Amino acid sequence: MRPQRNSDERKSGGALASLLPHAILILGVLVFAFPIYMTLIGSTWDAATIGRGNLPLTPGGELLTNYNAAWNETQGTRILHTPVRIMMWNSLVMALVIALGKIAISILSAYAVAFFRFPLRMVFFWLIFITLMLPVEVRIIPTYEVVANLGLIDTYAGLTIPLIASATATLLFRQFFLTIPDELVEAAKIDGAGAVRFFIDVVLPLSRTNIAALFVILFIYGWNQYLWPLLVTNSADMETVVIGITKMIGNGEAATDWNVIMATTVLAMLPPVAVVVLMQRWFVKGLVDSEK
Amino acid sequence: MLTRRTLAVSTAAFALTAGIAGAAFAQQKTVVEFWHGLPQPLGGQLEQVVKGFNDSQDKVQVNPSFKGNYPETMQAAIAAFRAGNAPHVVQMFEVGTATMLAAGPAVKPVHQLMSETNTAFDAEGYIPAVRGYYSSKDGKMMALPFNSSTTITFYNKDAFQKAGLDPSKAPATWPETIEAVRKLKAAGVACPMTFSWPTWTQFEQLGALHNKPFATQANGFGGLNAELKINDPFFVKHLQTLMDLQKDGLIRYSGRDNAADPLFPAGECAIIQASSGLRARIVKEAKFAWGAAPLPYWPEAVDSPKNSIIGGAAFWVMTSPKRTPAEYKAVADFFAYMSKPEVDAKWHMDTGYVPVTLKGFEAAKQAGFYEKNPGADVPAQQLTRTATTENTMGLRLGNLPEIRNIIQEEMEKAFQGQQTAQQALDNAVKRGNTVLRNFERANKG
Amino acid sequence: MQRRVIFDNKALPYLLLVPQVAVTLIFFIWPAAQAIWQSVHLQDAFGLRAQFVWFENFEAVLTDPNYLDTLRITVIFCAAVTLLSLGAALLLAVLADSKIKGAGAYKTLLIWPYALAPAVAAVLWMFIFNPEIGVLGRALNNLGYAWDYRLNDTQALVMVVLAASWKQVSYNFIFFLAGLQAIPRSVLEAASIDGASASRRFWTIIFPLLSPTTFFLLVVNIVYAFFETFGTIHALTHGGPGKATETLIFRVYQDGVVNHDLGASSAQSVILMVIVIGLTAIQFRFVERKVHYS
Repeated sequence: MRPQRNSDERKSGGALASLLPHAILILGVLVFAFPIYMTLIGSTWDAATIGRGNLPLTPGGELLTNYNAAWNETQGTRILHTPVRIMMWNSLVMALVIALGKIAISILSAYAVAFFRFPLRMVFFWLIFITLMLPVEVRIIPTYEVVANLGLIDTYAGLTIPLIASATATLLFRQFFLTIPDELVEAAKIDGAGAVRFFIDVVLPLSRTNIAALFVILFIYGWNQYLWPLLVTNSADMETVVIGITKMIGNGEAATDWNVIMATTVLAMLPPVAVVVLMQRWFVKGLVDSEK
Repeated sequence: MLTRRTLAVSTAAFALTAGIAGAAFAQQKTVVEFWHGLPQPLGGQLEQVVKGFNDSQDKVQVNPSFKGNYPETMQAAIAAFRAGNAPHVVQMFEVGTATMLAAGPAVKPVHQLMSETNTAFDAEGYIPAVRGYYSSKDGKMMALPFNSSTTITFYNKDAFQKAGLDPSKAPATWPETIEAVRKLKAAGVACPMTFSWPTWTQFEQLGALHNKPFATQANGFGGLNAELKINDPFFVKHLQTLMDLQKDGLIRYSGRDNAADPLFPAGECAIIQASSGLRARIVKEAKFAWGAAPLPYWPEAVDSPKNSIIGGAAFWVMTSPKRTPAEYKAVADFFAYMSKPEVDAKWHMDTGYVPVTLKGFEAAKQAGFYEKNPGADVPAQQLTRTATTENTMGLRLGNLPEIRNIIQEEMEKAFQGQQTAQQALDNAVKRGNTVLRNFERANKG
Repeated sequence: MQRRVIFDNKALPYLLLVPQVAVTLIFFIWPAAQAIWQSVHLQDAFGLRAQFVWFENFEAVLTDPNYLDTLRITVIFCAAVTLLSLGAALLLAVLADSKIKGAGAYKTLLIWPYALAPAVAAVLWMFIFNPEIGVLGRALNNLGYAWDYRLNDTQALVMVVLAASWKQVSYNFIFFLAGLQAIPRSVLEAASIDGASASRRFWTIIFPLLSPTTFFLLVVNIVYAFFETFGTIHALTHGGPGKATETLIFRVYQDGVVNHDLGASSAQSVILMVIVIGLTAIQFRFVERKVHYS
């Protein structure tokens, strides 16, 4: 479908021209990854140093203590909370169901809107579309009532289904579907392939990059949900890792364990980062193309 | 897939509970859902106290559950109540008191709970400033006070030494404070003084200490038709003083709520007026000698200052269509346990909160806690030093969090020189009264 | 916008829409209907008493001079966040997509920030921007620049714009990468043989081909800036100093979640929804004409 990419499409035109992109990218990384760097550094120092705002830019010596505390310390006089591995598991289930569910239902609805003409088509499109305009925090009380009436409090279903509808993903797929050349559809029709066959054989493979990009974003979106899980789960067994972290950030009535927070944050970031790294192969051109 | 996983997890959870408690007991216990808004480490400590109750008897099982910070916990409780799903007990911050009281049938007053269930309970044992905040006008206890704090002064003794001030005592009055900050500034301290919780420390406490009303109707205890009084010349003069000090770099406005907190333990600011709970953080982080003292007062306005008012939170009993008498009895037993002086004293000594019962305070004294932790009794002393008046019982104003925000906004405009102290407080009163009127309308009839 | 060639099944499109529409109706349209109901009522927090008040809530909101000021701030804020985050992400994505050494590492490092838990990001902003204990804030003051966002309207607004854009750059970056991916190499190579300069090639070939993605991101970013930034604002400034950083959604959140003023909050939600639906309709009607599909 896509022609093979030749090895080097452009030769560098002088040292400055080839250095400038690196300089801009490095600057970008410095700016955008700086908070992450602070978290990493913070997780190697003691709570008092961080709390005083004296965090140095080089690692300290408390790495093992902090990560040990973050991972293992669930009981004791000061701490009583759900083990990190249980919280990570809950977050993982939530993030996966939300990401996969959103992608599945939106790719189907976008396909309907883009490849068919039927009565009320635009009504449905706008109906889905205005869900963009209602963030979960604003519609939280009525949504909670619905979930409670359906008996879904404290279940994975209650945790995930209300977050699955996504206008964002539908819009993205629609945008992409509109760029699929008409010739492809015609060719498929001539070959006698129906709408379902075309979807499976042509649309899905073509959408891989966008699915991968969405998966990364939606996985992290699901992983970082806070207000909704807090509201619909009551038992400690259902606690997610982001709630676990927020729970540790004090209200000013006690000393906060900044070091353990930073270490837990780093742990909580590992699965999303793994997803980024794994999905990234979809963005590397050579790999995608050479599979054909 | 979803169902199977849900099933698997609930089975595992059930097996776990059954394994610990023993299947036979698990069925007979009355379960009490308890939602709280305390983050770690306090939340963990609170859950330890609850565990103490669960272990002390075999009829009731209290399940504590963290529901976010106080506003989020309140939001969760409201959403749950609307869905007919309210928890038995919810922890609510002090500024939500009026909202909870206005909730009428959503809440069961503690005095009523105790008498209906014939549970022995000593309301008189509570410190008056604590009890008053959560009582009706005629003195009946509506919620169970638990974690309470108040605001005090912390000061950097090393900086005092450097500035030639007496490190053994903090300035007791505002004129002395002003003199001290001038000396600190002269000695090269960049930030001589700051304050957390701007409205709590500079308006609510100021009113209480000087026996001046923050609002009419006994600060709102008398009825929903209260109006703010903080554009009174006394408050205006105080704000003007703060503005002058801010202009000269003698005092620093450091943001809303507790944004100023880290500046004291970091050694940036030499004096801070903050919640007594800040103590724990200072102990952990400060690298200098420090002391705690009562809040300063204006001698021209009062001979000796009154008691300060509390902050913190209390436990409220919520109703639900499916509640049984046995469940109320279970809640009453839980509350009776939580009000025991030994539980109170231990909570006070383990955390930075003040004791809420007189006996608890005594028990902490007896245990030698204050010899080992000099200054830790300042908050309780400040709360108990006088009998409460209608200006020092606390505030019973609807949507107080919103009013606090309004005052902070107007204050910030004044500190930036966009308006005078008088204009700031006139605006605050005007906007605050609108909030009060809306609350009155929404909760009438 | 509709493709020319389509399939002509009758029932299939409805079947495909069922899951999405079902979830939307139950969890979005129903709550939205509740919001409209609440916007014409005066209610206590617990929903025990409600009285019909016609359009009083709307009247109170729209005649409040502070609300108009908030609207002005929201416009500035949204424009700044959208432009900044789209521009920065597009630049970085185009560079990281070119054949340069370490492209993979750059991509990971630029997507990664999106994974930081928002609650922790909020705390980190304080450790970065605070004038006394923040790395950057302290550095600015040491350099002689009086940085204090707590009592400076402009600085506060600049800070919340930067913080809100920061998070969205990773988001835009990843979708720009995916969009660049879909551009046929043959087109690029043809242009490169023609000897078009890099920047000309970008504006005349890549950018138009990227326009479906850009249009998607434009819509999403405006919605983000309008609706999803109150967490950042809450953590950094609480809308202050004064009301200098109060946006419409922050006020909805304050009135609804903190102040329990459901009538006012719902009325504002409805106004907000009307504004954004209008804005989006305009985008679909006018901006989309410039979008280059297939």
